[in-house]
Amino acid sequence: MSIEQLLFALFTILTCVGAVSVVICQNVVRMAFSLIVCLASVSALFFLLSADFVGATQLMVYVGGTVVLLIFGVMLTSSSTLLQIRTSPAEGFLAAGIGVLFLAVFSFTVWGVDWEKNEAKLAGVTTVDVPSQGYNEESSGNTVRPLAMSFVGLRPDKAGNAPGYLLPFEIVSVHLLVVLIGAAYLARTKRRVSAES
Amino acid sequence: MNLILAAESLVDIINSTLTGCESCSVAIAAVIHVALVGAFFGLPAGIFIWAERKVSARIQDRLGPTRVGGRFGWLQSLADGAKLVQKEDLAPKAADRFLFRVAPYVVVIASFAAFMFLPFTDGWSAVSLDVGLFLLFAMLSLEVIGVILAGYASGSKWALFGGMREAAQMVSYEIPMSICALVPIVMAGTLNLNEVVHYQVAGWDTGWPPFVHWNVFHPVAGPAFVVYFVCATASCKRAPFDLAEAESELVAGFLTEYSGMRWSFFFLAEYASMFLVSAVAAILFLGGWDDGFGIVASLKGGSADVLDPSVILGNLVGAVVLMLKASKLVLLQIWVRWTLPRLRIDQVMTTCLKYLLPMACALFLAAVVYPMALVLKTGRPQLLPLSNAGQVSAEAAADVDAGITVAVGEVTQ
Repeated sequence: MSIEQLLFALFTILTCVGAVSVVICQNVVRMAFSLIVCLASVSALFFLLSADFVGATQLMVYVGGTVVLLIFGVMLTSSSTLLQIRTSPAEGFLAAGIGVLFLAVFSFTVWGVDWEKNEAKLAGVTTVDVPSQGYNEESSGNTVRPLAMSFVGLRPDKAGNAPGYLLPFEIVSVHLLVVLIGAAYLARTKRRVSAES
Repeated sequence: MNLILAAESLVDIINSTLTGCESCSVAIAAVIHVALVGAFFGLPAGIFIWAERKVSARIQDRLGPTRVGGRFGWLQSLADGAKLVQKEDLAPKAADRFLFRVAPYVVVIASFAAFMFLPFTDGWSAVSLDVGLFLLFAMLSLEVIGVILAGYASGSKWALFGGMREAAQMVSYEIPMSICALVPIVMAGTLNLNEVVHYQVAGWDTGWPPFVHWNVFHPVAGPAFVVYFVCATASCKRAPFDLAEAESELVAGFLTEYSGMRWSFFFLAEYASMFLVSAVAAILFLGGWDDGFGIVASLKGGSADVLDPSVILGNLVGAVVLMLKASKLVLLQIWVRWTLPRLRIDQVMTTCLKYLLPMACALFLAAVVYPMALVLKTGRPQLLPLSNAGQVSAEAAADVDAGITVAVGEVTQ
């Protein structure tokens, strides 16, 4: 068992522990903390799989952003009704049913893949010769530039006129702009009705 | 991603001497890296705590520590540490004990993890990564979680107020800080901190001293440096932005209920983050390990072998240069802290959202438009840094050059 596999197993266990304790904990802030543990361990799994950009995005967006906002929301609404969350048996039953169905879909997908065939296919491809000396792109992952190129519609790694991701990127940008304007609209100061009228 | 020491993959070195056991060599390399990065994390923090005491004393016309460790009291930080270790580690009755105990570790780990991606000199970083700056900021932004947890878990109103203020402040100041950090990133065309410095290093052959090529002397990146530094000061919760612990209003904010080692962990993380954001500022805007007069380059002597003694000597001098630049910026933060009065919380938010954020956005836009405008105005496409950065293939650069030449021709006609 190599050290990467050991770390992978460790972070997998941490992810599961975090996820389960999100469900079990009844205190909202402890739930948020468990969620941080879970999401940060997932990003560690991404790093172990050499997906550095995805891992960094996971940390920045999910752990850094969403969880801060979650804690924010919890503390602004820290009334006694919201701080302790109890689920009714019906909700628990419904959630468990959806969880089992989700697990079934994932298991079906994972077992549907012929891993040995894929490994044989990848055997000839993944042998990138990484120079060990000095600074070089290969040893640093070489992820950002191809990603950025594909977002503006260029795929230098593919032959011919392979389509990039310009359209989805633009759609997401417009979507985010709409969200921003909506948030600004909701958060602006409401005009007060004066006492005389 | 691989572990790099002295610009050489440490795993390969250990693997070649310790044949066979690959995972052992990875583990040994990791331990060496943690020890080295830990030294860079802890030692500057201790030195800056002493410097803060001395500088604040001088600004207030006092002497500061004079006794511990000889004339200048330079062992004061160690004495402080010894005192803090002995203190009782207590938690208030109303506290959420688990989160109260965990919070200082979250802060320290977040600050420490960000040091992994910092290149101390050419290629000498613990983890060489293409998304270096992005990941560094992502790690640094986790620090706020520990502060919020500390504020909530203390079970005290002062702490909760401090935590809330810190959350509001960090969430808003991170935006202009990241946008300003993007200005040199856009100019260099890479997120890799190593390449950003290479972009700024030049020789004497232009007829100007090499330091004029630092980003800080660029008409757009210069103001961006100022805005970045203000935001970085705020993100380390330093005065005049230290609303989270404002002692005149909130006792000590989120630190109110902490004592002993847990309290000192927060301080260790604060001084380490000050050093980190200053080192990032030095790398992005002040030429990193470049001394500005070509001394490091002449010491290296143009050898390509990174294990050549002269190259290692040059890199060591470069590391000292970077440390000095970062320390100077930390000293600037200390001066600012003891000179300016604390802002009110609404003034802090106004400063960020109404002034710094529009400035950062305008500077970012200018950084994108400026090279194009310069090329169109002068009609010299070779001014674009595409062809000499060595990043884009030669034909692609030639294509872009040709396209711009056509565009320039159309405009001039």
